Amino acid sequence: MARIAHLVAIAALLTVGTAQAKTQTFDLTITDHHFQPEAVTIPAGEKVKLMVHNQDATPEEFESYELNREKIIPGHSQAVIFIGPLDAGEYPFFGEFNQATAQGRVIAE
Amino acid sequence: MFSTAIIVFREVLEAALVVAVVLAATQGLARRSRWIVGGIAAGLLGSLLVASLTQEISMAFAGVGQELFNAAILLTAVAMLAWHNIWMSRHASQLIAHLRQVGSHVSSGQLPIYFLATAVGLAVLREGSEVVLFTQGLAAGGSESLPMLWGAIVGLGAGLVLGALIYFGLVRIPTRHLFTVTGWLILLLAAGMAASAAGYLAQAGWLPVQPPLWNSSDLLSQHSVPGEVLHVLVGYQDRPTAIQLSFYLTTLVVIAVGMSLSRQRAPSINRQNASIH
Repeated sequence: MARIAHLVAIAALLTVGTAQAKTQTFDLTITDHHFQPEAVTIPAGEKVKLMVHNQDATPEEFESYELNREKIIPGHSQAVIFIGPLDAGEYPFFGEFNQATAQGRVIAE
Repeated sequence: MFSTAIIVFREVLEAALVVAVVLAATQGLARRSRWIVGGIAAGLLGSLLVASLTQEISMAFAGVGQELFNAAILLTAVAMLAWHNIWMSRHASQLIAHLRQVGSHVSSGQLPIYFLATAVGLAVLREGSEVVLFTQGLAAGGSESLPMLWGAIVGLGAGLVLGALIYFGLVRIPTRHLFTVTGWLILLLAAGMAASAAGYLAQAGWLPVQPPLWNSSDLLSQHSVPGEVLHVLVGYQDRPTAIQLSFYLTTLVVIAVGMSLSRQRAPSINRQNASIH
């Protein structure tokens, strides 16, 4: 029984390990309440990791209705946002705290 | 200024609706204001703390600490609301009897108030920490931030007014039906919170990411004022996933079954109490 539990634990660790190894990371930077780049192209049908670096002093909230995501990124810090697997298409996102300027989109293809 | 007002309004509204439903549910209970005000105050204090720790919370658990934190807060609130409803269905008749005596000391009434006060505190904590963080950002912005701070005040006021309207709408319901209505509202409120928690767990990668089951955002956007009100009160989502829907339904069924089991067991307990006294 303990042995089976052991094997399951190892299998789980391996799965997590390979899943993480496969996850591609895409970087996004916030400067002066703008996203850089404004369009991020990611592979369709895959889970990817967005690394959002907020270089402004003020906090921002990454929000996307289409991606079903919302996450606060404090000033001068970074946040991890997992997205996908997505169907091919365009998914807009915005910075809720500075919606006038902070606009971007994820393109899955 | 307008966008600031909208942002603050939305956060305040979510917390205000939870407070309004809880205030209506505890209508007439002794010392309820002390508990609810205590819950709100604790939530506000917690908001300051959470806002100051956002960076640490966010980067905990390999960068998904914020999602796990939100999910934990929501699920704790769900547990509090569920316990309240199950407890209430056992004691409701007893409570209503107590309520009829003006100024009665309802010692047995303290239990659900305690649970509800915690749920209120958690709702205020979750939404409040966002408002604190946002207004901190505004304050850091310098002189142009004055109209924005006004926007925040307008948003705060509007959120509170809408919460108050919901409250006064609820308390117009006769007492006998009020507990039924607030019982249902708390049930749906809890189910909606569970669905939101599932959303955060998916965002954190702890639950599989799924495409939405449907998209009714054209019909009623979750981010419009009526959409937001329905989102809090009955858990409306315009793009729910299958996991979110199952969290919603499971919570609904578990609490409803708990309530009905506890109602069935109630008479025997009342008899026991009667024989003791």
